[in-house]
Amino acid sequence: MSQVFILAEFSGDAPAKTVAELATAGAKAGSVTAVVLAAPGKGAALAGLITSGPIAEVVVIESDAFVKYSVPAAADAIAQLISARKADAFLVASSAYGKEVAARVAVQVESGLITDAVDVGADLTATQLVFGGSTTVHSRVSHGCAVITVRPNSVTPDLAASSPTITNATFDISASAQLAEVLSSAPFVKGGRPELTEAQIIVSGGRGTNGDFAVVEAFADSLGAAVGASRAATDAGWYPHSHQVGQTGKTVSPQLYVACGISGAIQHRAGMQTSKLIVAVNKDPDAPIFEIADFGVVGDLFAVLPKATEGVQARKS
Amino acid sequence: MKIAVCVKQVPDSWAEKKMVNGLLDREGVDAVLNDLDEYAVEEALRIVEAHGGNGEGGAHTITLISMGPARTTDAVRKGLSMGADSAIIITDDALVGSDAIGTSKVLAGVIADQKFDLVLCGTESTDARMSVVPAMLAQRLGWAQLTFAGSVSVTPETSSVTITRETEAGIDTMKAQFPCVISVIEKINEPRYPSFKGIMAAKKKPMEVHSLSAIGLEAQSAWSAVVDATPRPAKAAGIKVVDEGAGGEALLNFLAEKKFI
Repeated sequence: MSQVFILAEFSGDAPAKTVAELATAGAKAGSVTAVVLAAPGKGAALAGLITSGPIAEVVVIESDAFVKYSVPAAADAIAQLISARKADAFLVASSAYGKEVAARVAVQVESGLITDAVDVGADLTATQLVFGGSTTVHSRVSHGCAVITVRPNSVTPDLAASSPTITNATFDISASAQLAEVLSSAPFVKGGRPELTEAQIIVSGGRGTNGDFAVVEAFADSLGAAVGASRAATDAGWYPHSHQVGQTGKTVSPQLYVACGISGAIQHRAGMQTSKLIVAVNKDPDAPIFEIADFGVVGDLFAVLPKATEGVQARKS
Repeated sequence: MKIAVCVKQVPDSWAEKKMVNGLLDREGVDAVLNDLDEYAVEEALRIVEAHGGNGEGGAHTITLISMGPARTTDAVRKGLSMGADSAIIITDDALVGSDAIGTSKVLAGVIADQKFDLVLCGTESTDARMSVVPAMLAQRLGWAQLTFAGSVSVTPETSSVTITRETEAGIDTMKAQFPCVISVIEKINEPRYPSFKGIMAAKKKPMEVHSLSAIGLEAQSAWSAVVDATPRPAKAAGIKVVDEGAGGEALLNFLAEKKFI
């Protein structure tokens, strides 16, 4: 049976959704060990929060370096652990942080690396959707431990209760991991809306909003959705860059994606084409977004969305 | 300062891409300089321009480094026409099908030879979209890693660099001493268009093209491989209604039918 290690990240006082997702993917291949990287004295409490998902063991590594030096410190700790334990696979969430940790781990342990998997099979074959979701690719790591980053929200998590054993480990940080220091950190304040890459529903606005996202936000809030934006909207300064969906922004794959006033250029589609259900609202009947929409409304978003928002609220009450 | 910018030639991001024998088909599509690398070239130019400039009369140099097929020279020429001074290109049949692990090894090999102060990169290439090569370079070189920079501030007098690292998680401020590997996000600047003068000057700028063995490296087979690649069936056209007052209601009914409300 394979030994699969995953990196358990936390969002505030709870394990990130990706913990159960990575564990569920990894459990198909073997026994799952979750690695918790914590500040000194905080590890036991974090480990205690992992109570669901198919996780057999939690390994806690404590160090100030994980905050002070970020990615390189995390990579050193994980590389040393998975070498010592002869891991068959290491899975981590596909975020900027997760991909860079995976990159440094793969170089250190001399392993192949696959990024942005949407699933991992029992034989550690990774499934990826490439070219804007137009092609399904199956890949395998052919050298060393299979280092794979998995897109959030792709694997349906098994949330059955679990009570993993908890062990502690230490590591030696390399000199080169201490060369760049984090002077200050300003995590994005979580608003009332779900995180874009983890959301089940996303409502996005583009050029057609003319800078007014109020109706897009109101519709998103009625559905409990995250708010996204096209590059046209973020470039114009209408919405924060961190909400950009597309080739140079985030890749999302929610159950429902509602594109409002977004024409659907190939670069935008590359970031949302794998959404399960796509709805488009656009004034231009020839907008390319309609080619991939399951349901399209040709009309003014400022007329359509408020009515829909009102309707959702009415049905809820 | 001696600055290197890693650049890649990629298929035009507007082109339709397909796989041939487990590899991206690079033959049948227009090849361009990776959009995101233009931000790295621009940032390198701004760094040197803030401190006396490069080229004739400037104290600083910007060298483009690229690995890729023979026609990579076209994409690299664009970076030279923006204002970089010279280029080193590694091209070798043995490198076809390289993965990020192999690519980072070759680039690190070229960089390690040359005593650069800073290496700049885009955050990802628009073809593979892995975002891992900058971190791999920092790891291989044993240099400071300052990646996903939304702003870069360089003080040559003290050989120090401060960046804001901007990711989906938040914004961090990070500091390091030369030498550093820096990757920049597209928000950082607006890349300049090459001027006519720049385009003419680029034709005369030095471009070294080497094989692997010429730089003392051996090819390494990729450590991951595509098992199969299948185009997904084209999506059937959906329902399209024209809003004549009832568009909101129609949308509502569709969402209710799909159980979202």
